[in-house]
Amino acid sequence: MNFETVIGLEVHVELFTKSKVFCGCSTEFGGEPNTHCCPVCLGMPGVLPVTNKKAVEYAIKAGLALNCEIASYSKFDRKNYFYPDLPKAYQISQYDLPIAKNGYIEIEAGGKTRRIGITRVHLEEDAGKLIHEEGKSNSLVDLNRTGVPLIEIVSEPDIRSPEEAWLYLNKLKSILQYIEVSDCKMEEGSLRCDVNISIRPEGSDIFGTKVEIKNLGSFKAVRRSLEYEERRQREVIEDGGELVQETRRWDETKGITISMRSKEQAHDYRYFPDPDLMPMVLDRDWVCEIKANLPELPDARKERYVKEFGLPAYDAGVLTSSKALSNFYEECISHYHDPKAVSNWVMVEMMGLMNEKGLEVEQIKLKPQQLAEMLRIMDKGVISGKIAKEVFRDMFETGKDPEVIVKEKGLVQISDENELEKIAQKVIDQNPKSVQDYKNGKEKALGFLVGQMMKETRGKANPQMVNEILKKMLG
Amino acid sequence: MELYRLTIHEAHELLMKREISCEELTRALFDRIRIVDYAIRAYITLDEDGALQKSRVLDERGDFTHPLAGIPAAVKDNICTKGLKTTCASKILENFIPPYDATISARLKSRDAVIMGKTNMDEFAMGSSTENSAFFATRNPWDTGRVPGGSSGGSAAAVAADECIYAIGSDTGGSIRQPAGYCGVVGMKPTYGRVSRFGLVAYASSLDQIGPITKDVTDCAIVLNAIAGHDRMDSTSADMPVPDYTLSLKPDVSGMKIGIPREYLGEGIDGEVRHAVLNAAKTFENMGACCEEISLPHTEYALWAYYIIAPAEASSNLARYDGIRYGVRAKDYSDLIDLYKRTRSEGFGAEVKRRIMLGTYALSSGYYDAYYLKAQKVRTLVKKDFDRVFEKYDFILAPIAPTAAFRIGENTDDPLKMYMNDVCTIPVNMAGLPGISIPCGFSGGMPVGLQIIGRPFDETTILQAAYAFEQATEYHLKKPCIEAGGHAAFSRDNRCKHSSDFTEREIGVDLGAPQDECVKRRNVPNGKGVKA
Repeated sequence: MNFETVIGLEVHVELFTKSKVFCGCSTEFGGEPNTHCCPVCLGMPGVLPVTNKKAVEYAIKAGLALNCEIASYSKFDRKNYFYPDLPKAYQISQYDLPIAKNGYIEIEAGGKTRRIGITRVHLEEDAGKLIHEEGKSNSLVDLNRTGVPLIEIVSEPDIRSPEEAWLYLNKLKSILQYIEVSDCKMEEGSLRCDVNISIRPEGSDIFGTKVEIKNLGSFKAVRRSLEYEERRQREVIEDGGELVQETRRWDETKGITISMRSKEQAHDYRYFPDPDLMPMVLDRDWVCEIKANLPELPDARKERYVKEFGLPAYDAGVLTSSKALSNFYEECISHYHDPKAVSNWVMVEMMGLMNEKGLEVEQIKLKPQQLAEMLRIMDKGVISGKIAKEVFRDMFETGKDPEVIVKEKGLVQISDENELEKIAQKVIDQNPKSVQDYKNGKEKALGFLVGQMMKETRGKANPQMVNEILKKMLG
Repeated sequence: MELYRLTIHEAHELLMKREISCEELTRALFDRIRIVDYAIRAYITLDEDGALQKSRVLDERGDFTHPLAGIPAAVKDNICTKGLKTTCASKILENFIPPYDATISARLKSRDAVIMGKTNMDEFAMGSSTENSAFFATRNPWDTGRVPGGSSGGSAAAVAADECIYAIGSDTGGSIRQPAGYCGVVGMKPTYGRVSRFGLVAYASSLDQIGPITKDVTDCAIVLNAIAGHDRMDSTSADMPVPDYTLSLKPDVSGMKIGIPREYLGEGIDGEVRHAVLNAAKTFENMGACCEEISLPHTEYALWAYYIIAPAEASSNLARYDGIRYGVRAKDYSDLIDLYKRTRSEGFGAEVKRRIMLGTYALSSGYYDAYYLKAQKVRTLVKKDFDRVFEKYDFILAPIAPTAAFRIGENTDDPLKMYMNDVCTIPVNMAGLPGISIPCGFSGGMPVGLQIIGRPFDETTILQAAYAFEQATEYHLKKPCIEAGGHAAFSRDNRCKHSSDFTEREIGVDLGAPQDECVKRRNVPNGKGVKA
């Protein structure tokens, strides 16, 4: 039997407001444990929450960027459960009236555009972090993160493969980075993801028994866990077994999911409206203002690159996939207006090195002006294209200006005719056989001689001039 | 001069004239506490050193311009006071010293109030008698065999027994007004949102409100002036201008229309209580107001809806007392869940547990619509009842409770009977309205409170009405006599022997037997003074 996979994602993203969502504490990542705390986020007796307007604004912004309807009336609810990282023993969240709902994201999967529905975007507070020290019977709690604003983005069960889930996550991250509401760093926990997956016979419109997977530390883990779970579920059914609705934990090292709890053990969160917070009436003018000030989003930017710069859709897609990369690219072409040339350098050389070193655009030393400058020097014939690659690697690693590198390493291209003629004579003298071959009509021999000249000059000879001079001298 | 007897405005005048010092006043009150508090037990924590030190600082500075400057006050033990133990009369917070001040504590301090200590209450403000304190029961100064009411029983008893000049209480279903009524003092629950709740340990957040308990209406207006107003730390506090409430102290109700709800005077209401309220209505009519019977048809449902909403909110509000970060943690536990279970089983008293269970049940999946949501709808109907009445009437007169103070232990075995005691005060919390309790008579020798209910944010009108009534009567001048033996002596059958403690005055209305036949004996604990 052929099965269809049905996947839905719940993504939690920390908003980078200056202060927490219901108190004035800093949201800064790191810091000594329990130093970004006050009576309010510690859940001391008698304290009350006050909503951070910026957090609401960011949630609206995210909702708009994800093509959602923004509620005109929204409220906060309490989600009640006991856990030591949750000082009030309830999380202030949103239950039935989220800030945004009914949106979508478009992804490019298998050459087709797929629209993935967004059920809702709601605002809530983050919990703290438990620290379990090995070999000790008690755990420690760090409440610095408690009360950092989070948005939860729930997708419709529209995703049909682990690949699509991965594309969806990348697109979502890209959009949220574009609108500058979060840095979406999974390793710092500012983006977290839970997935729901079920399978059903192809053609069926009834959902299968769904499984929730937790403890996913990277997009790659999401993809791998879904691939594993897809396979596991199919095997259970093919072996005549029955799936149970449950929550499973992804074990990254073993590459498997392990059952955590079944539906029967699921929490009853006893949601009810938080009486400490007034319902929010989201003013239409405010929403319109936020909408008007939304920056260009990745899809629009991609389209612009194709239209304005004449880039292939693929290139445009790669360059716009991250705002930082795209900004790097744009700054570079503002200094050196050859979009295609810059695109090639960015996509091939720069991204290649980034991959090699495991760096993000934000972390590299190379500046856009430096790439532009290097291209200009190349155009002037000071360095050859081949040398440029060497210069580029050096710039990437050291952050030095191209002129400095060229000078330091003596990489200036030899374009002096007399000098090149002297070298050419030497090469001709040393390779009589090749000279003879060329004269006998073997065009290939010229290439060998050119190569010898480049070798002689350690690549610095102006390749065009070398060609011309050799041809002339070989008559 | 018995300085402890002074009202705020009297003490203020003496301080301004330098006839007394703040230290003398403060010492007089602590001396008074030493004499009477073993019988009353109003305080959980006393801060004599802190209070005296503050009084000396104030004396040195000599600026008593603010009416509360240098006036010793008692604060209910569910209001956070920085550095001063705040227990909510619960074992679970027995050792809790807040690292911060409630907004109201900060406001009182900024007005140079002298905070003497923290008063006893029903644990987490859940109760109507102060018997639910985890530490001890407070006694009614008028008869130490009786309860002072609750949950702000310590605050009301402290004011009635002159153990402070005024006190701060909190009112979720009547917890200021009912004890004020039982102890024969003035107590006001302001409109929900009028006074910041920041730092008030939450019981039922949508109903809790802080208010003053004072010796007269003038003092009530003075305290309200100091504590009312918007607070950016409390999103539910109203960002509205605060009038000068002392300007409403005019003995004038002529032309005012008063509604008297029939639902508050029917079955279950003690005859003498009813009589006192109707007498009060007559007093108002004599002053030129016009009283009419009105109906608040959803009154009977308010109580039951309250006992869904308040416990539901409480079940969530009290979840934080888990023994992890502060408060008391059980000693022996095997794992995390066991730590929670033992800490909470040992830390909370029976009534608190009962309400947590009620609330947890009401919010459970599958029951939410039937209980919590339904109760919220009832709440809307209760509010609409009042809205309709206030289109025509300036304020409402009603009893504070079906009876005067009952005997200690009388209702402890029957939670439902205890809950019924709040039937007259709960609808006001459900509708978020301001209400004041002022003394209006006696039943079996125990004070009876008159409840005046006003429009939202119209504390001015009810203060004016209360002031007018106070000017026309002398109930507020009556003082209990606290005998050395530890029980209060004044009742009509047992007159106080100490003339210095009590000077009998002619009071304006007849306190004779009730006219109505339908007195329910079950609500009249000892039948004393009621000929049914």
